[in-house]
Amino acid sequence: MKIVVLVKQVPDSGAERSLRADDNTVDRATANNVINEMDEYAIEEALRLKEAHGGEVVILTMGPDKATDSIRKALSMGPDAAVHVVDDALHGSCAIATSKVLAAALAQQNADLIIAGAESTDGRVQVLPHMLAERLGIAALTGARKLTVDGSTLTVERQTDEGYEVVTASTPAVVSVWDTINDPRYPSFKGIMAAKKKPVQTLSLADLGVAASEVGLDGATSAVLEHGKRPPRTGGNTVEDSGDGGVKLVEFLATEKFV
Amino acid sequence: MAEVLVVVDSTGGEPKKVSLELLTLARNLGSPSAVVFGPADSLVAKLGEYGAEKVYVADSADVTDFLVAPKATVLASLVGQVQPAAVLIASTQEGKEIAGRLAVKLDNGLLVEAVDVAADGTATQVAFAGGTIVKSKVTKGIPLVAVRPNSVTPAPAPANPSVEAVTVAIEEKDKLAKVVERVAEKKGSRPELTEASIVVSGGRGVGNADNFKLVEEFADLVGGAVGASRAAVDAGFYPHQFQVGQTGKTVSPQLYVALGISGAIQHRAGMQTSKTIVAVNKDNEAPIFELADFGVVGDLFKVVPQALDEIRKRK
Ligand SMILES: Cc1cc2nc3c(=O)[nH]c(=O)nc-3n(C[C@H](O)[C@H](O)[C@H](O)COP(=O)(O)OP(=O)(O)OC[C@H]3O[C@@H](n4cnc5c(N)ncnc54)[C@H](O)[C@@H]3O)c2cc1C
Ligand SMILES: Nc1ncnc2c1ncn2[C@@H]1O[C@H](COP(=O)(O)O)[C@@H](O)[C@H]1O
Repeated sequence: MKIVVLVKQVPDSGAERSLRADDNTVDRATANNVINEMDEYAIEEALRLKEAHGGEVVILTMGPDKATDSIRKALSMGPDAAVHVVDDALHGSCAIATSKVLAAALAQQNADLIIAGAESTDGRVQVLPHMLAERLGIAALTGARKLTVDGSTLTVERQTDEGYEVVTASTPAVVSVWDTINDPRYPSFKGIMAAKKKPVQTLSLADLGVAASEVGLDGATSAVLEHGKRPPRTGGNTVEDSGDGGVKLVEFLATEKFV
Repeated sequence: MAEVLVVVDSTGGEPKKVSLELLTLARNLGSPSAVVFGPADSLVAKLGEYGAEKVYVADSADVTDFLVAPKATVLASLVGQVQPAAVLIASTQEGKEIAGRLAVKLDNGLLVEAVDVAADGTATQVAFAGGTIVKSKVTKGIPLVAVRPNSVTPAPAPANPSVEAVTVAIEEKDKLAKVVERVAEKKGSRPELTEASIVVSGGRGVGNADNFKLVEEFADLVGGAVGASRAAVDAGFYPHQFQVGQTGKTVSPQLYVALGISGAIQHRAGMQTSKTIVAVNKDNEAPIFELADFGVVGDLFKVVPQALDEIRKRK
């Protein structure tokens, strides 16, 4: 089975993040960039499937030069190879353009299974997996907390607000996973060393046959008009509990008419 | 006035609150038309009460037995037919997925995680753990906007909707992912987490799964939903679907109560836009106090039981 895992490099969600003042895009230059956390679960799931069923795991990333760090880190967990779509014209691409580019890259891969994270922490868009399925004309089983593969039949438990849905499809398909699906492994020292030698193919827009005018800021289908920091909350009052903290809490709730 | 398509989400034969919020917002942009997937009989009156002038109903097994794709196909066809001024949908997992497919089909821009939409289609979005506020606009096609639950107050505006059945041929390529079972995991009679006007959440400080009963008791006394931090979920204190934060649910209730939660940036990502925030934590340097409108520095096992008694006394 050939599995392609979609890995995005994002600014660390544990640190201050911002949009650039000049073109309103995510500031990736000053950020501490890491693998989108949910994608580590996607990599882990792919590796487990390879261990159980054999095959090959390939990482696919669209991102700037810097994304190489995340690709090597992903490879150090165990995948066999990576494809890196990198082109200056991609800067500022919207989700729709990103899906066009990734779909073109996936069309060259002939994967049985494409695994993605359920969402990225920078945009929280949660749309890429279905956009790709729409473009490729294949099934999308998204929001999985459990994935079972039996020959060409895929079954997932899709997390919903009410509980879960059991959804089935045949390969080829896109599956997106939540962090409830597994516990990602840590790269071993051997894995880190091996990753340095694994093949990473870089592709430009020309290699994919996508026109520069369809992507980037020029090809974007939406635009950020303005942005600013949310003003910090002020006026809060904190009291030390000296035996009546519970009563004071309820007094506050009562003045706000919650009780 | 041009129609605005509002995609309806329902549960137990009732429209979800978010759908009434979307109808309320839609009235700023045009004449609201609700789109229902599945049976609509029990929904029409309520949708009319909140301003739906029309209700389009796509009720066939082809639409409801498969994941997302058929719904996007129905919407794409409706957009072609109606030429709406905008399409509004809930910014939930399924809402965003439907919108994503629709955007590709129409080659139309898409904005998600919006908290407001102005009359000209400009959306206000909250980004990066709630720390950044963005105004954006679809520049290709019509405004296609996914709006977060609890962003606006639903306001009635009675209308008498006409109901129109929509039949769109669903092709095989939209029937590749079949829903074979829908399982509800019990959460008692508590409101839905993302829709609740009060959320009471527990963190690692709650200590163990058994102690979460205290959090549940608090929630039930004030008619709220229960939430949990990731540390509490990872430790097995509470199920994952109740996790609030970056990798869990985003909530925006009138009141958020944080018990034994430190207030890490990823947790704040899911609750920062709550109207009022209160916290109980024994560490006076916990970052949650930076957000709290009212905080108590103390042991939650002393403060919370006392608070619950006090609430009962006042009832
Ligand atoms: C990519 C990524 C995504 C993440 N996504 C999420 C997410 O979606 N949601 C989320 O919540 N976190 C998320 N996290 C984790 C986040 O960084 C924190 O680790 C987590 O929120 C901490 O949970 P906590 O506040 O319950 O635990 P802790 O940080 O351990 O805090 C426990 C608090 O309880 C207090 N306490 C202990 N005992 C008592 C007592 N008896 N009485 C009163 N107070 C007490 C302590 O003083 C402490 O402040 C994410 C992390 C990463 C890296
Ligand atoms: N630029 C990208 N390169 C590779 N994978 C991506 C990219 N953007 C998104 N993805 C994948 O799609 C998932 C959902 O992303 P999003 O729709 O942006 O929330 C992510 O978890 C990744 O697996």
